[in-house]
Amino acid sequence: MRLASFAFGLLGLFGLSLTIAVPAQAQGTTYTTIERGRYLVNAGDCASCHTDQGGQAYAGGLALPTPFGIIYSTNITPDRVTGIGNWSEEDFYRAMHNGIRRDGKHLYPAFPYPWFTKVSRDDVSAIKAFLNTLTPVRQENRPTKLFWPLNEREVVAGWNELYFRDGAFVADPKKSEQWNRGAYLVEGLGHCGACHTATNVLGAAKTTENLKGGDFGEHWYAPSLTGHLRDGLGEWSAAEIVEYLKTGANSKSAAAGPMAEVVKNSTQYLSDSDLNAIATYLKDFPVEKTATQAAEIDKQDLSRGEALYVDNCTGCHMENGEGLTEVFPSLKASSAVQATLPDTVIHVVLAGAKAAATLSKPTGLAMPAFDRKLDDKQIADLVNYIRNAWGNHASQTDAGAVSKIRKDVENGGG
Amino acid sequence: MVTKLKSVDVVLVGFGWTASILAKELADAGLQVLAIERGEFRDTVPDFATTHIQDELRYAVRGGLFENLARETLTFRNSFDQTALPMRHLGSFNPASGVGGAGVHWNGQNWRFLPTDFNIRSHTEARYGKNFIPADMTIQDWGVTYEELEPYYDKFEYLCGISGQAGNVQGAIQPGGNPFEGPRARAYPLPPLKRSYATVLFDKAAKEVGLKPFPCAAANTSQPYKNPYGVQMGQCTYCGFCEWFACGNYSKSSPQTTILPALLPMDNFSYRTLCDVTRVNLDSTGKRATGVTYVDVQGREFEQPAELVILCAFAQHNVHLLLLSGIGKPYDPRANQGVTGRNYAYQITSSVNVFLDNNMNPFMGAGALGQAVDEFNGDNFDHGPLGFIGGGYIALWTTGGRPILQQHGAPEGTPKWGSGWKKSMQENYLKSASVATHGSVMSYSGSYLDLDPTYRDAYGNPLLRLTFDFHDNELKMSKFVTDKAALIAKAMNPRSTKINYREGHYSILPYETTHNTGGAAMGADPKTSVVNRYLQSWDVSNVFVMGSSVFPQNPGYNPTGTVGALAYWAVDAIKTKYLKNPGPLVQT
Amino acid sequence: MSENTRRDLLRTTVIAGSAAVASWLEPRAAVAEPVSRRPVASRNFSYFSAPEIVFIDAAIGRLIPADELGPGAKEADVAFFIDQQMAGSFGRAETWYMQGPWKEGIPEQGYQLKLTPAQLYRVAIQGTDDYCRRTFNQATFAELGVGDQDKVLHGLEKGEIELVGAPAKEFFAMLWQNTNEGFFADPIYGGNRDFAGWKLIGFPGPRYNYVTEIEQYGKPYALPTVGLMGRNESAVRKG
Repeated sequence: MRLASFAFGLLGLFGLSLTIAVPAQAQGTTYTTIERGRYLVNAGDCASCHTDQGGQAYAGGLALPTPFGIIYSTNITPDRVTGIGNWSEEDFYRAMHNGIRRDGKHLYPAFPYPWFTKVSRDDVSAIKAFLNTLTPVRQENRPTKLFWPLNEREVVAGWNELYFRDGAFVADPKKSEQWNRGAYLVEGLGHCGACHTATNVLGAAKTTENLKGGDFGEHWYAPSLTGHLRDGLGEWSAAEIVEYLKTGANSKSAAAGPMAEVVKNSTQYLSDSDLNAIATYLKDFPVEKTATQAAEIDKQDLSRGEALYVDNCTGCHMENGEGLTEVFPSLKASSAVQATLPDTVIHVVLAGAKAAATLSKPTGLAMPAFDRKLDDKQIADLVNYIRNAWGNHASQTDAGAVSKIRKDVENGGG
Repeated sequence: MVTKLKSVDVVLVGFGWTASILAKELADAGLQVLAIERGEFRDTVPDFATTHIQDELRYAVRGGLFENLARETLTFRNSFDQTALPMRHLGSFNPASGVGGAGVHWNGQNWRFLPTDFNIRSHTEARYGKNFIPADMTIQDWGVTYEELEPYYDKFEYLCGISGQAGNVQGAIQPGGNPFEGPRARAYPLPPLKRSYATVLFDKAAKEVGLKPFPCAAANTSQPYKNPYGVQMGQCTYCGFCEWFACGNYSKSSPQTTILPALLPMDNFSYRTLCDVTRVNLDSTGKRATGVTYVDVQGREFEQPAELVILCAFAQHNVHLLLLSGIGKPYDPRANQGVTGRNYAYQITSSVNVFLDNNMNPFMGAGALGQAVDEFNGDNFDHGPLGFIGGGYIALWTTGGRPILQQHGAPEGTPKWGSGWKKSMQENYLKSASVATHGSVMSYSGSYLDLDPTYRDAYGNPLLRLTFDFHDNELKMSKFVTDKAALIAKAMNPRSTKINYREGHYSILPYETTHNTGGAAMGADPKTSVVNRYLQSWDVSNVFVMGSSVFPQNPGYNPTGTVGALAYWAVDAIKTKYLKNPGPLVQT
Repeated sequence: MSENTRRDLLRTTVIAGSAAVASWLEPRAAVAEPVSRRPVASRNFSYFSAPEIVFIDAAIGRLIPADELGPGAKEADVAFFIDQQMAGSFGRAETWYMQGPWKEGIPEQGYQLKLTPAQLYRVAIQGTDDYCRRTFNQATFAELGVGDQDKVLHGLEKGEIELVGAPAKEFFAMLWQNTNEGFFADPIYGGNRDFAGWKLIGFPGPRYNYVTEIEQYGKPYALPTVGLMGRNESAVRKG
């Protein structure tokens, strides 16, 4: 996996595929189609889900925790028995476009087909052409561990009825080519909304809340990507969005947790033109005042939080909360810090965080874990302080919330 | 039973500063490079995290980042008529163990040697006559000049993000810098650190006595920095826990903060930790190394073949390995023959404690936050009437005010313990500073390293034996420079001062500096050096030796800047000369 | 899906095996666990016996006495600190070279005893009390008046008193060093109770940012003392 994406970095210079055999069905597929497929697979970040920790590239087996149980990602190498080696192009298109697999059964929407449905036929074909060149791996797909009746795939038909409409992306003629390209990437392969949108109780994205922030799970909150001033991208420039996706950090923020992996495995490889397109699309969302209320926090708690900040955080985030440009993210005016849910902030304080190590910024600057140093009340006071200091405003949290997240974090979740 | 492994192009013994530099440069050149480190892997998070690193007892006192002597130490004596005994716990110097080596726990005080330091013998003879050099003083020219090394000093300084004020740019003396330094091509990459109160007072006092003080060059970043490898560093926040500790916010230059993020992802680089190299293996001719033997954490022995073997361990550890492996004829002081182990040197230091009226807040500091004068270093002054060779810089460093080990002494007459001592601590802790001298040590026929006949390490190998003492030349020089320091101290208008001359014999306790040098001296003559000017062994042409092991004597500056420059110089020679035509790079 | 930093960075081709970690690896791996605060009287000492603690309290009570400037070493729990150190890797000399043969060296060659620090204390405390009984009419060190106690300590310091089994000078040097350590180390190690040592001298504890303050020449540092476990040094990790 790493080898494939690292090799992509040499695209245009060497243009060599680092894979071994090219199966029969790839014959006749042009070289440029395969390379385009490689690029699109990076854009869609397929490897992150379809490769298990320590597992073989694209052979699946990664456990994806959902509120309904565990789903294991599938083997998408061209192995003919356990992978998709004997899937035709039509089979593969049906999976991406309709969420139906080769045997006609439904795929669970943990596979983000509600977004991939937008991907053009041509692009899907290119993706399949690239996948065909991968090393085939003989690895059986693991059965899901979902509770009944969700373990019966037919129920997905009902879910689709309610929440899924298939359909390739249709360009908006009123918008620029760049905007449309950005929309195509964000709403399609990029599947940003799969994390960055709130979901209903059945796990479907709330379409009216598209990209306005969502709970990734494992106590990572994916903040709003729309024009919210305080906790969205309302105060980011297009250039700052591009820099963030390309390098993992900008003067306002640094990707942590799952987003650091997205940058590392996917967005750092997008072309400048595509990154600008994404930025154009996101910056077109109207500027909005934040929906979150400012918190009324007890003054004593706030001053305790401030003392904790001074004693524990100023070594990197500095006395004024502004961090160090390009090195340590600013907490002041940070949309990630002021996000609707405090989960990400609490998670980061407990477990630490590591910036994405990208080709252009290889350092992977890291923050240590504070779980052993601070107790639940202290972390609650500290989090409330940073979310409401220096002009920040965000909702209040308490020791109970911290305690819950601590248990999950210490049990290896995130 | 020894297991033989698959060969690599280059094996590096140790994984500290020089190994990291060599690994990056040689891996960039496409070679398969393997580093073998006796200690553990370490990185900023979690090992140096701000949450726990400022723990004086654990790190400074108990040596959390230092070498563990239970595994290996050295034996010590002042002169060869004595029996050497083991250094049973650390004292005079603190070598490291673990990835990053002492580059993790140093202060970051970064200097270049003077041009005259590199040809000290010929220069001294020319200026003062051959008879000025005592018969048993075995100083020699390095075989390389300052001018040749200048671009490599520059490379190391820009790797590290050194914060400083240039003194001589291409021959033009710069105000506020060191007027005595050799010419440099360009300014330091970062401006100097902020000044502490005590260094401001020193600066004023030094000027009043007619000297030219300047801010010390620091491997503590004054601003965020991105080096030529693309690796990012933070900015020093003056936390006062530099030497003996590791930096928690990426602002002290170390292999971790400057090289490893760019090196570790490279597919043609790998490393092993908790593996102890015990031998460099030679073929039957003895002129070619076939690789190294090492012992892993379970005690299993492995043979690692390699085309090129480079010793990158700490100074004396390289010499130990050369002796155990039979590379170079071992030095015998009585016969005055042999080279390996010859020309060991160290540093001679002293201090003047200054007890002031104002609050100095000594706990605010950085490892290389200092102000210095260089008038009495090298041959910057006329030695003729003085009767000694060498010199040192005088500096007021504010590296921190850690309560157990950084007490700035007590005024004359203070009791050593009890209520009187307690009162002195209370009155003086906030209001004191020290002016330090940092002097050269020449090499002598009686200062050397060899193998001990009695004591063994954990693997049954003989320990290294150190025979070393201060000579009259150094003690005389040190007194001279200390008296100059006392003049500056007095000009700071203190309540009182206390002069601590360096007197008597060298002792393995207490701590002085970790500036051990020599034993694998470089030079132009194979009869008096172990390596040539490219740090290549004269005897085994596919063995190179890094570090201060190669210093033929030790000038009056901290060694790391020159260690870094020589590593870049040597690897350049390997890339542009050796790899094209493996074999001796210097014909004799 | 979270990254394991170490695994990601590990590019070694070492033949992995189970860890039969050599003893010389342990000391550095040990992390100091915060020691819970209990009243002095109810301390559970790990190494020293009760009479040994009585000796130590008396001795450190003279080395750093309580006086008008504030608490001394005894009040700061330094006896407990020393006890914990002797029970741990320092007391066992785990990072020292303790192979023989043992010879008496010159002062420049440093510590050459076969005794570990913990053993040195045990033997020397016994020896000192024996000396006191012989010299001061059957009184132990702790039973002496402070004047005589100081005399004995000076005698040990100068090596003028001959102890059975251990050199007095080495013992005094160790005792004074550890007392200093216990008075000024972070409170998580059991001494420096209520930051007694730090408050005496004005050391504020481990803080990581003096960027503004370092240029405020002469201005006293205003923030309260802090330790590795926070400003309330008796806090133990909860949660």
